[in-house]
Amino acid sequence: MTTATAPAALRLKVPYVASTIGRKVVMAVTGLVLFGFVLVHMIGNLTLYAGPEAMDGYSRFLHTFLHGGGLWIARVVLLTCAVLHVWSAASLTLDSWAARPVGYRLWKAKDSTYASRTMRWGGVILFLFIIFHILNLTLGHFDPGYVPGDVYANVVHAFRQWPVSVFYIVAMFALGLHLDHGVWSLFHTLGFSHPRYKRWLREAARGFAILLVVGNCSFPIAVLAGWVR
Amino acid sequence: MNLDARIPQGPLEQKWARHRAELKLVNPANKRKYTVLMVGSGLAGAGGAASMAELGYEVKCFCYQDSPRRAHSIAAQGGINAAKNYPNDGDSVYRLFYDTVKGGDFRSREANVYRLAEVSVNIIDQCVALGVPFAREYGGLLANRSFGGAQVSRTFYARGQTGQQLLLGAYQALERQVARGKVEMFPRHEMQELIVVDGRARGIVVRDLVTGELEAHLGDAVCLATGGYGNVFFLSTNAKGCNTTAIWRAYKHGAGFANPAFTQIHPTCIPVTGEHQSKLTLMSESLRNDGRIWVPKKQGDTRPPAEIPEDERDYYLERMYPSFGNLAPRDISSRAAKRVCDEGRGVGPGGQGVYLDFAEAIGRLGEDAIREKYGNLFEMYERITAENPYKVPMRIYPASHYTMGGLWVDYNLMSTIPGLFVLGEANFSDHGANRLGASALMQGLADGYFVIPYTIGDYLARTPRHSVSGDHPAVRAAVDAVRARIARLMGIKGKRTPTSFYRELGSLLWERCGMSRNRAGLEEALARIPVLREAFWRDLTVAGEAGELNQSLELAGRVADFLELGELMVRDALAREESCGCHFREEYQTEDGEARRDDARFAHVAVWEYTGEGRAPLRHEEPLTYESVHLATRSYK
Amino acid sequence: MNLTLHVWRQKGPRERGRFVTYRATDVSADMSFLEMLDVVNEGLLLKGEEPIAFDHDCREGICGACGMVINGRPHGPKARTTTCQLHLRSFRDGQELWLEPWRSRAFPVVKDLIVDRGAFDRVIQAGGYISAAIGSAPDANAVPIRKENADLAMDAAACIGCGACVAACPNGSAMLFTAAKISHLGLLAQGQPERYERAAAMVETMDAEGFGSCTNHNECEAACPKGISVAFIARLNADFVRARLTEGRRLEQVGEGGV
Ligand SMILES: Cc1cc2nc3c(=O)[nH]c(=O)nc-3n(C[C@H](O)[C@H](O)[C@H](O)COP(=O)(O)OP(=O)(O)OC[C@H]3O[C@@H](n4cnc5c(N)ncnc54)[C@H](O)[C@@H]3O)c2cc1C
Ligand code: HEM
Ligand code: FES
Repeated sequence: MTTATAPAALRLKVPYVASTIGRKVVMAVTGLVLFGFVLVHMIGNLTLYAGPEAMDGYSRFLHTFLHGGGLWIARVVLLTCAVLHVWSAASLTLDSWAARPVGYRLWKAKDSTYASRTMRWGGVILFLFIIFHILNLTLGHFDPGYVPGDVYANVVHAFRQWPVSVFYIVAMFALGLHLDHGVWSLFHTLGFSHPRYKRWLREAARGFAILLVVGNCSFPIAVLAGWVR
Repeated sequence: MNLDARIPQGPLEQKWARHRAELKLVNPANKRKYTVLMVGSGLAGAGGAASMAELGYEVKCFCYQDSPRRAHSIAAQGGINAAKNYPNDGDSVYRLFYDTVKGGDFRSREANVYRLAEVSVNIIDQCVALGVPFAREYGGLLANRSFGGAQVSRTFYARGQTGQQLLLGAYQALERQVARGKVEMFPRHEMQELIVVDGRARGIVVRDLVTGELEAHLGDAVCLATGGYGNVFFLSTNAKGCNTTAIWRAYKHGAGFANPAFTQIHPTCIPVTGEHQSKLTLMSESLRNDGRIWVPKKQGDTRPPAEIPEDERDYYLERMYPSFGNLAPRDISSRAAKRVCDEGRGVGPGGQGVYLDFAEAIGRLGEDAIREKYGNLFEMYERITAENPYKVPMRIYPASHYTMGGLWVDYNLMSTIPGLFVLGEANFSDHGANRLGASALMQGLADGYFVIPYTIGDYLARTPRHSVSGDHPAVRAAVDAVRARIARLMGIKGKRTPTSFYRELGSLLWERCGMSRNRAGLEEALARIPVLREAFWRDLTVAGEAGELNQSLELAGRVADFLELGELMVRDALAREESCGCHFREEYQTEDGEARRDDARFAHVAVWEYTGEGRAPLRHEEPLTYESVHLATRSYK
Repeated sequence: MNLTLHVWRQKGPRERGRFVTYRATDVSADMSFLEMLDVVNEGLLLKGEEPIAFDHDCREGICGACGMVINGRPHGPKARTTTCQLHLRSFRDGQELWLEPWRSRAFPVVKDLIVDRGAFDRVIQAGGYISAAIGSAPDANAVPIRKENADLAMDAAACIGCGACVAACPNGSAMLFTAAKISHLGLLAQGQPERYERAAAMVETMDAEGFGSCTNHNECEAACPKGISVAFIARLNADFVRARLTEGRRLEQVGEGGV
């Protein structure tokens, strides 16, 4: 007399990613890739402080790596990740909203953080920002003086327009919050949690988040302050 | 009334084995043709339902809570006994058997108790296999502790939540059978009536507590595992919903009610704080392993405990019972506490309390060791009383806790109504006049996992099968009776709430039929209960409708039954002219205030037979004969 | 002390609910929260009004029957305390309190503050057990279990199934409840044979019941009257990922039902 139900569950009646945890894992893995990207991106952009040659040289390197293929591989991977990340985030968000059709009259948060509670709307800001950012610095929109390949000059132009800088800074704060929760959370989602490392992990996530915010925000500030011209 | 206990022949140690070999079996292919109704989802009910479903019977299981996992067994804290002798300290099946018979003050059936001790061993094996996370030693083997006055360490425990873990094990086994389609579960359904057809129990009427609808469920046998009736005292350690309704309906259909006056008062509960009190909380007895119980020597001493010097304290249990001290059995400790409080030496508001002091143990073992052992209990105490027991002694007082009495059953757990089986605390059980700590969980699981699966088969195999249709007159009569009763409760529209009657009944019983009893008091109670009952049926108020979730109606129905049961308890207490175990009649005590048993006249089970509305019930006797133990006077001095 | 209560009253699952204001006058700080509601209900009953329906049974924090959201916190303001164990000394004289039922699609309101938590039973039915037929067990000490694992299993098993985790979760997720059972059984030797099947089946049912998706807010742990740790959620994630990604070789190969 055995139960027929249990083994069937291993037979993937429902595709893996349809389960809540499956989609969360997708979000975590893609989030990790995107996190890796923003980190490398920020480090690369530090070439701004080494002057036009360094930055343009770095850009040329990216464009010619693997005979030009490297950049496209990166773009495809990142785009796929971004799409999957947004898709899983959006679909899980809808599920969660549906799970509480009638809300509370009064609600007090206790252990959740501002960062954890703003993942969704912060994510939307990031999404809008990414579109703007690509249009702006990759494709040259909103910038009359844009010259393809002239990266250093383009960055300086762009950030001299204060609204662009403000949006950029706001988005970076959103990114900081997103990663403050996200980088810790993704380990949990992928099944790692140990009381010995929990605080350490949370602090490391915060450290990376601060590093990214400080690093990225330094660019528009340096331009606006005239330190980089 | 046929009180043949059907005890198997042969030496004590072989009775159960021999009986199992002789029981008739139901052909495996036929088992699914039988439906068994199980009322209750506690250890006995969930355990029994799961094991019968496992065997192949179709089972329907009922409970009044929203989930079977919430049955009151969940609240047991201390532990479960088993004669495993893992600690190698001299335990054995025989010793557990003997301790239980002696603890019950020689008012239980030898053969049943022996079987209980025998299967206790299998219970632990089964529970571990089901994933019960019992406490373990560093070597990975199971840990034991001594409990409730036993001189061996035979108690298995899961922190202070043993009942919870055992119940979750049984609940999970039950849910597995629900998933297999072998058990159909009916939570939020309350049994209101028993259906007896041609002298056999064939069904029950339940009220769906959400819609108020009445449903008749029919089957080939009915099992009641509905727990104890300790709530008859209003204030008790039982859950608020614990009731006597199911067994009371059965009693009124002719099931004998055994020893209703055997109710256990637990010595370590948090005292009453005021009028509003709705229930009492037990502080596990295990606390007595390290806590010392005392009161001031002086009457009316209101100094804070810390200011009372050592030589002005009376560690009365250690003084009166030097060899057992603070670990004296429950009935004895409870009465001792009552005695010192009656002398005006009680502590706390109202003087109804004694100290349970850990200062010495903390000094000896350190606060951390105490926290490791009792942390969750201390937290619970602090939550309720806002006092920190690491700093000030706990205050405790006895409270109604367990009922040894219940429906009479034979060796097969069958009541005097054929086809009606009674399991767990609901039956008059194996505990005689007093239950030892950690033995109720053992009995519940023994009945459910290891006894009923065998004995029910024997009954079913011997009984000709014929089905009862839903419009059988007996079925319709039962449903109509329930409907009429509910209509009557709804229709009084008087001025008093169910709770007000309930409180009044409870305090009357507590005063007159509680820890100690005497003829005058019992006679007074016997006169007052019918008056109260009459007032109830004249002046009750219940709000809302019968056809919806209606908690005041639920309570009213339960109180109505307690008002009848209370009277039977008093009658039983009055008729038993001796003191034994928890039943202490002031007229029958020794010079130094100990219970004086009367084996010549009362070595029997008193079984009450219902004879009709307004008529006095009949008292029958099942003599208790002891072949293996000789009746000794219990002494814990 | 006196309190003003705004209580969610809803006659039935399909009825519309609303807040009704009651006053609890002259109640004592030593009363439990439910005893205060008892007093309010006695008053209503005497006025011929329907008492406030709320679930409760053991009143000692173990059965898991009670529970309501009190001023925005499931089980009220005190940490690690069920509603029935909450006392009025946790409130101020004159305080206004909002009492709401658990709000979750998977826990429809039955009446007033009572919800139907049957979804939890169904999650257990999906696999929250060890299949050990009664009578078939080996000696309890035949398999030693590391004390640390046994203790961790007990930490997880302490769950009382009250549903506060779902009520507290901004996503209405039941991950803590499900994780607690999966961890309890998965940490024991006896629970190994069914470990991955269990995780897969329980999560599937949990999703089907309409609970939301965890985003690691930790609100569940904060609301849990037994302090069950979110670390168990990570354990569940790991078991589920393994169940779905690498286990089930045999089934994929042999097809229907295995051998
Ligand atoms: C606070 C406390 C601590 C305890 N500690 C210990 C301990 O440490 N060790 C020990 O051995 N024992 C202990 N006991 C005693 C022990 O817990 C009980 O005796 C035992 O659990 C009873 O189990 P049961 O299955 O008979 O009934 P219960 O667990 O009470 O179950 C009764 C079932 O019947 C159902 N029911 C009742 N009436 C109806 C009705 N009319 N219609 C439908 N369903 C109904 C209920 O829903 C429930 O499912 C303790 C008891 C209490 C109160
Ligand atoms: C640079 C871009 C981004 C990076 C680096 C990033 C990174 C991450 C990471 C690491 C996580 C944690 C996954 C987990 O919980 O396990 C995460 C979660 C999430 N992300 Fe992003 N993300 C980015 C952009 C976005 C965008 C554009 C959106 C939305 C529109 C978004 C929405 C979310 C949401 C809703 C979550 C889930 C919240 C949670 O689990 O707590 N993210 N992200
Ligand atoms: S009533 Fe049992 S946990 Fe609160």
